[in-house]
Amino acid sequence: MKKLLSGNEAIARGAYEAGVHFAVAYPGTPSTEILEDVATYDEIDAQWSSNEKVALEVGIGAALAGSRVLVAMKHVGVNVATDPLMTFSYIGVNGGLVLVAADDPGMHSSQNEQDSRQYARFAKIPMLEPADSQEAKDFVQSALEISEEFDTPVMLKTSTRISHAQSLVSVRERADIAIRPYEKDMSKHVMMPAYARPRHVAVEERLEFLREYAEQTTLNRIEWRQKKIGVICAGICYQQVREALPDASVLKLGMCYPLPTKLLAEFAANVDQLYVVEELDPFMEEQIKVMGIEVQGKGLFPLTGEISPNLIAKKILGQPLTQSLAADMDSEAPVPARPPVLCPGCPHRSVFYTLHKQKMVVSGDIGCYTLGALQPLDAMDTCICMGASISTGLGFEKGNPALKGKVAAVIGDSTFFHSGMTGLADVVYNQGTTLTMVLDNRITAMTGHQHHPGTGSTLKGNPTVALDIGAICRALGVKRVREVDPYDLAALDAVIREEAAAPEPSVIIARRACALLDKSIKEVYVIDTERCISCGLCMKLGCPAIVKDNKTMSIDVSLCVGCGVCVQVCRSNAIVKAGDQDA
Amino acid sequence: MPKTTSILMGGVGGQGIVLASKILAHVIQAHDFDLKISEIHGMAQRGGSVLTYIRFGEVVHSPLIEPGQADYVMASEKLEAWRWLPYLHSGGTMVCSTQEIKPVPVIMGLQKYPHNIEKAMQTMVAKGTLGKLYAINALAVARECGQPKAANVALIGVLAHCLQFPLASFEEALEAIVPARFLAANKKAFLAGYQYFTDI
Repeated sequence: MKKLLSGNEAIARGAYEAGVHFAVAYPGTPSTEILEDVATYDEIDAQWSSNEKVALEVGIGAALAGSRVLVAMKHVGVNVATDPLMTFSYIGVNGGLVLVAADDPGMHSSQNEQDSRQYARFAKIPMLEPADSQEAKDFVQSALEISEEFDTPVMLKTSTRISHAQSLVSVRERADIAIRPYEKDMSKHVMMPAYARPRHVAVEERLEFLREYAEQTTLNRIEWRQKKIGVICAGICYQQVREALPDASVLKLGMCYPLPTKLLAEFAANVDQLYVVEELDPFMEEQIKVMGIEVQGKGLFPLTGEISPNLIAKKILGQPLTQSLAADMDSEAPVPARPPVLCPGCPHRSVFYTLHKQKMVVSGDIGCYTLGALQPLDAMDTCICMGASISTGLGFEKGNPALKGKVAAVIGDSTFFHSGMTGLADVVYNQGTTLTMVLDNRITAMTGHQHHPGTGSTLKGNPTVALDIGAICRALGVKRVREVDPYDLAALDAVIREEAAAPEPSVIIARRACALLDKSIKEVYVIDTERCISCGLCMKLGCPAIVKDNKTMSIDVSLCVGCGVCVQVCRSNAIVKAGDQDA
Repeated sequence: MPKTTSILMGGVGGQGIVLASKILAHVIQAHDFDLKISEIHGMAQRGGSVLTYIRFGEVVHSPLIEPGQADYVMASEKLEAWRWLPYLHSGGTMVCSTQEIKPVPVIMGLQKYPHNIEKAMQTMVAKGTLGKLYAINALAVARECGQPKAANVALIGVLAHCLQFPLASFEEALEAIVPARFLAANKKAFLAGYQYFTDI
């Protein structure tokens, strides 16, 4: 029987079947489950690395040493890994290497929606783009074969709708692939100018061979149906086109870079109206137009977000497939949104509450704690990319002396290991006074609780050294390193005041485990309505367990985890342990 | 080509929408249909809306369900039922729980939780724009069966009665998916949902 697999599970299965020996990643939505699933196969050595650049570099070493390798990351992770990627293209492989880049058009859980296909062209390496889980699995095998045949890294691009959609997959047994012998080859592996110049020539020649391959490969295919409308598409857009235009002919590209010139010309010559349907950038459209082929693309479709069957039908056929029932809904008021929120008992809450109260300029970072930007905590000034908090914070005090002593950088534990340490070295080196707050909840929480160098466990669940954040900060030259329990509001308030005012770099490690992982049972709290004066101070915490109904506050005991932070905010002593209420 | 059936499941993080979709997927797969399920993860764990699309038929292309396309919406919370109602086509079926979980803007007193949702849906049934409405207090039903966390399984019971699969397939799916120690209560909740409406 076929298996129902998500695209990510299918990629992991593909790695298993293709005989991959080693897999490495840094977690990031929508790519995270690939490595979590790969790790369940005993035959594959799998690891979380501290960031995507490190992950790719470890992967490059493993491939040169002779293993078949899978490296996975989200689209913005490729930015971090671009430095090794660009030169890895020159070096090529020994054992094959596939680099999975999971895009997030529509930004379901990302800070931007960049188009990873540009990286394939930038690095002059091939890219495959699966359209469902079966292809996601099969294309891992294809990518590794192309990698070894053409001596190149190969990118495999998914999107949220491929990675997180499940469809039926036929599975096979694992291929028995031997680790290739390693041979030292300085002219190919040591990229200094004298060796790199001929390698660049080799890269350009390789790309010409790959263009020829693109014409022949079964990864690309024409599906002839009615010839009035012809659509060029790849990946999830193929499914949306088939849904919207079941009668149209389709040129489905499984390999979205480099493009097959002759195949495109043949397809174009045989249809009346030619369209290219692609999400985000006009990546294929521009290349097709350069070939001298007339095609409609971004003139009809947006440069932003996802493309749905309804949109395709509307733009090409003139009307959508379905009509929303919204017009028939008799509604008195807008439907309240249900935005994500810091969980009840989240140890980050009190930090943002305090930073807001002290009117700090907060340089933020990527993680659950980005939610500290939302009302009522409202305690974030910037959020850019992984690790940017500390260095951007330094920039704030350098760029405006009036902000000196008012800037706090907040960064999570996993993000600190990812790329926070170099920023902190810069603060020390350049005589900044920035306050860095490491919100250490002992896990990579946002993506679903993955281990990192500070947790003491590997991806495979083996115990390992837990790196000490405080010791690292001191080793980086920070003299003022303090730890605080974020549940202790008075201590937190005092330590932030003192360290923000310090005329030198300082680090506060606010340490408490993620509330979703803290299984200790604490007594929940309730509001004593006789003492409560409805001042609303507790509402400033933005805790989802504290509910306001008209003017009265109450605590939803099914949500409360007993962290006790609200007790410290209340000036009327109205928040009491549930068991003490009647006492 | 036979029509593809589209089912949208909506709820709040932690309500067990993923388990519900697994049970249904098991049944669909056992009947040799092509099948696609699309989930949005990411920030849902932090109390946000959770959404799953389930589509099955001879060949399924898009994993998406768009407004006006769903044959069924199954919502484990009343506001989520209202949120996803526009995704039904005219004459589609709503299966929902009357449980209320207030979203943060309501908790903070910035917005009101709409109080007329059930009545508005009944009006739509009377007009014929909404085909069928099956609203139950799934949490109360599940509590009576001894397992409040089985509320979604009770809802699946109601939905199962609407769909054309044999009851035995759902029982097999429950046995395959629900951990043994919770199985008895979940089966009970499923049947309570299945038998809740006699007019299906």
